[in-house]
Amino acid sequence: MISVALRGMARRKLRTALTAIAIVLGVALITGTYVLTDSIKGAFGGIFTQVYRGTDATVTGKSAFDLSGQNNTTAPPFAQSLLPKIRGLPDVADAVGGVGGNAHLILQGKVVHFGGAPNLGFSVDPKRPELNALTLVSGKWPGANQLVIDQATGRKKDLHIGQLIGVQANGPTLRMTISGFVHFGGAASLGGATLSGFDLPTAQRLFQRIGKLDQIRAKAKAGVTPAKLAAEIRGILPPHTQVRTGQAQAKSDAKDTESFLNFLQDFLLAFGGIALFVGSFVIANSLSITIAQRTRELATLRTLGATRRQVRRSIVWEGLAIGAIASVAGIGVGLGLGVGLFKLFDAVGFTLPNNGLVLHTRTVIVALIVGILVTVLASLRPAFRATRVPPIAAAREGSELPPGRFAKYRPIGSALLTAIGFALLIYGLFAHGLGTKGVLLSMGVGTLLIFLGVALLAARFARPLAWVLGAPATRFGGAAGSLARDNARRNPQRTASTASALMIGLALVTLVSVMAAGITKSFRGAVDDLWVSGYAITAQNNFDPIPIAAGNAAARTPGVQAIANVRGGDAEIFHGVHQATAVGPGGAQIFNMKWLDGGSSAVFRLLGPHGAFVDDNFAKKHNLTLGSRLTLTAPTGKSVDLHVLGIFKPPTGGSPFGPVTISDTAWDRIYDTPQNLYSFVRMKGGESDAAKAALVRQLKAFPNAKVQTKKEFVDNQISGLNSILNVLFVLLALSVIVSLFGIVNTLVLTVFERTRELGMLRAIGMTRRQVRRMIRTESVITALMGGVIGIALGLVLGGLLAARIDFIVFALPWVQVIIFAVAAVVVGLLAAIFPARRAGKLNVLEALQYE
Amino acid sequence: MAVRDQPQGDIGAPANGAVEARNLTRRYGEGETAVDALRGIDLDVRSGELVAVMGPSGSGKSTLMHILAGLDKPTSGTVEIAGTEITGLDDTKLTRLRREHIGFVFQFFNLLPMLDAEENVVLPLAIAGEKPDKSWVDSLLGQMGLADRRKHRPSELSGGQQQRVAIARSLVTRPTILFADEPTGNLDSKTGGEILELLRASVDAYGQTTVMVTHEARAAAIADRILFLEDGLIVKELRDASQQDVLAVMNSLTA
Repeated sequence: MISVALRGMARRKLRTALTAIAIVLGVALITGTYVLTDSIKGAFGGIFTQVYRGTDATVTGKSAFDLSGQNNTTAPPFAQSLLPKIRGLPDVADAVGGVGGNAHLILQGKVVHFGGAPNLGFSVDPKRPELNALTLVSGKWPGANQLVIDQATGRKKDLHIGQLIGVQANGPTLRMTISGFVHFGGAASLGGATLSGFDLPTAQRLFQRIGKLDQIRAKAKAGVTPAKLAAEIRGILPPHTQVRTGQAQAKSDAKDTESFLNFLQDFLLAFGGIALFVGSFVIANSLSITIAQRTRELATLRTLGATRRQVRRSIVWEGLAIGAIASVAGIGVGLGLGVGLFKLFDAVGFTLPNNGLVLHTRTVIVALIVGILVTVLASLRPAFRATRVPPIAAAREGSELPPGRFAKYRPIGSALLTAIGFALLIYGLFAHGLGTKGVLLSMGVGTLLIFLGVALLAARFARPLAWVLGAPATRFGGAAGSLARDNARRNPQRTASTASALMIGLALVTLVSVMAAGITKSFRGAVDDLWVSGYAITAQNNFDPIPIAAGNAAARTPGVQAIANVRGGDAEIFHGVHQATAVGPGGAQIFNMKWLDGGSSAVFRLLGPHGAFVDDNFAKKHNLTLGSRLTLTAPTGKSVDLHVLGIFKPPTGGSPFGPVTISDTAWDRIYDTPQNLYSFVRMKGGESDAAKAALVRQLKAFPNAKVQTKKEFVDNQISGLNSILNVLFVLLALSVIVSLFGIVNTLVLTVFERTRELGMLRAIGMTRRQVRRMIRTESVITALMGGVIGIALGLVLGGLLAARIDFIVFALPWVQVIIFAVAAVVVGLLAAIFPARRAGKLNVLEALQYE
Repeated sequence: MAVRDQPQGDIGAPANGAVEARNLTRRYGEGETAVDALRGIDLDVRSGELVAVMGPSGSGKSTLMHILAGLDKPTSGTVEIAGTEITGLDDTKLTRLRREHIGFVFQFFNLLPMLDAEENVVLPLAIAGEKPDKSWVDSLLGQMGLADRRKHRPSELSGGQQQRVAIARSLVTRPTILFADEPTGNLDSKTGGEILELLRASVDAYGQTTVMVTHEARAAAIADRILFLEDGLIVKELRDASQQDVLAVMNSLTA
């Protein structure tokens, strides 16, 4: 029986190939994801090991609490006086102190940056190159007012040694001369990041760390182990510093990148999973159709003595074989995809470190298992269907499968499945105390069940839906149009399953659009509610902090009525890490806050050294009322005692303020090198070209500071969202492509099945064009069905999510909805190209004699 | 009964001929394995005539019909339908010609399962983008005894009823010529007899020119003229023959 199954596949090469494509794409995405992330991880691991190649132990500042890693907060620096003490230790051969941080290169008044990649700067010690993070490639190490720049940036911007360039970090711009070009560790490029190196005094000026260090790297004397060296250093460490071996430091440095890469990996894998899920629909459907067409063949096998079990097994074997072939092909395509992704990132200026593709055994095993498992699972239902073929069907013309024992429970079953799915989703969304994993699991399984349930239910609605969606076709498509509609309604189960594959993809893109529209709308609403009028100043990339000096310069602009500089960072409050913010008295004239308990904007002026205002959520959680006391600790370990002067309710779209806000003066006392997140400026006479020009003029020394009107500010702040949105669309497009192949497959199989019918139609006067139009229209009706159900489902799911998430309101992205509906039509048209050509080319005579 | 040894049809009357074929040959394959299905056939079918084409399997009768109907192309020779030479037409023109001038009745009915009887009948008009003449459709359905079956799907009809729908479908465009390919081949003898009566009746009532390919003597016996094919040639022609006459010729041919 197995050989019968395999030979049957060999005979139906085209059908098998079309079925397999669905799995190939899903497996390819999974493989490609692993290859990409593993390769990057490998490369980064290599880089950081290289960076600490000559270092046996490092000393770094230690934050008073574990940082969230989200609020631009870094560990505090420590006093430079530690360096001579360490140099004086008996086992230390040498030691070097360094500072580092964000440093922007400025060419012709503009910040040099590539996409959203970071702009990093470090101090280097020309006399101790083996302890430097940077490796000199050409030129010399920098002296005073000189710098080295990474070679990739140098090439891209056509820089040369001796050229003058501006650099800005935590203070105003400094002009320096390029003395050489470097690599970071061994890597020529770090994902589009710009890197610069300075001698220590210059770097300390840039980063405003005069007399301070961020890191000390020490080299042990011969025969001293790094561990022993670290232990020795630990003995003399002041508070808020820590020592690690060089190896441990490399690992710790790589950890951030690694956790980001792990996130990226899970994220991409999820989309591979979605594509495979869609693929499973395509496989189940294709196998079902094939079985319907092989009724006679299967019946003949039964008359020859094959048991139901053998028939069933032959189908499962077929699934297994398709799964295996497709998974192997998918791994191959995935490797190509990995290379393609590297190239793609490179093309958009985000050059990833690449030390060669990494294909772990784990990747191959996971890809094979997942690919084969999904295919076999998808073949189970068709396999059971096949067992219902009675032997007598061998003798009958066009006999159909008898309905299964459970056919009558199908509508109830699928409705129940959908209901359970929604119940799980809602439980995951709204139940309390589930934990992130529980929430995600409950939501994920719920959504899966909803998709399965709706796909099964869709068979019930396929006829009326095709009737409605096909109405324009019958009006404008003539006989071909109405026949197409009739054909789409002919086998509702088949049409519904084919459409369902597309439904999943479209439901997800709609869901994503609803979320994005909700975020945009609520953010816009929040800005409108909160911010009276004027200009915002942010970094060029919209999210990096900007020097306080920039805000101070803006404050001196003629015509400034009020300015509110907002600083932000991690803080420890009530034993938890929160985002804390700080603002000056100018906020009273800038912000239109919703104060609770009779508060007013006078709070901004009253903050002083110990005042704070909190948001309503934080107040509720910690039972705070006006006058309540709390303590805020900065990463430096310094803290401030506060009492609550105001409680405000932020709008749905959020506010620039964290749960706790203090005065900027109090902030600067406990935070190291404070910087602004935003500055909001109110000008006399409101917004005018002259006012903006005055601000821009005033900020000329700060090229990284960007002056924006309210509208520009909103657009800039959500521009990152649009990039994320586009990435999501591209990834979901893959599952739409899988479903496109599903439609192709169904149409091809349908054309096979209706060969004689097509012959008759051609004989009685249907032209090739009409035949093609008929197939095309059926395809579009099927695709639109998937589109309509998918979009509707996406809106429902999006509505549920918007109802749950505090900072999102529901917004209907109607432009996108129309685009998606049009996209469904396009998918239908594309899917029909090949099958329609095939149908049009049928030889009338042969078709008439086709069995 | 009139058995003529001269096998050619009435060559002298092309003016009211529905079909005129000259020197038709058809060769399948090439070289040594080539098969000559037709080896030089001249044939005229006059308007209002019912012609049966008979012959043992492999005699070329199906090939002849396919070529006459524009479904296959001859290796050489010409076919004129309603005054148009069809062997050189491209696919679209041929399709339009079939649409306007040719009707088909198939052995396996070939109805569309999702359309009801009436929709199946008017399908050729729909394809041509024409409005059906309601009274004509009604009269056809009445003639075929389908008046109370018009809303039934093929799966709800017997084989004989399905074939009657197919005949009505072939007549609905009032084609210049109707080709029937073994119209009783898939029916029991009683039902087959009814179908033959209907075909004969449509010739008598509407003057429907018809060419029927069959291997049944009983079917051939309803024809005005019977052509016997053997090895790609017309070897005999009978007029107004009885079933016995036909059987006699058949036996002589296969012997």
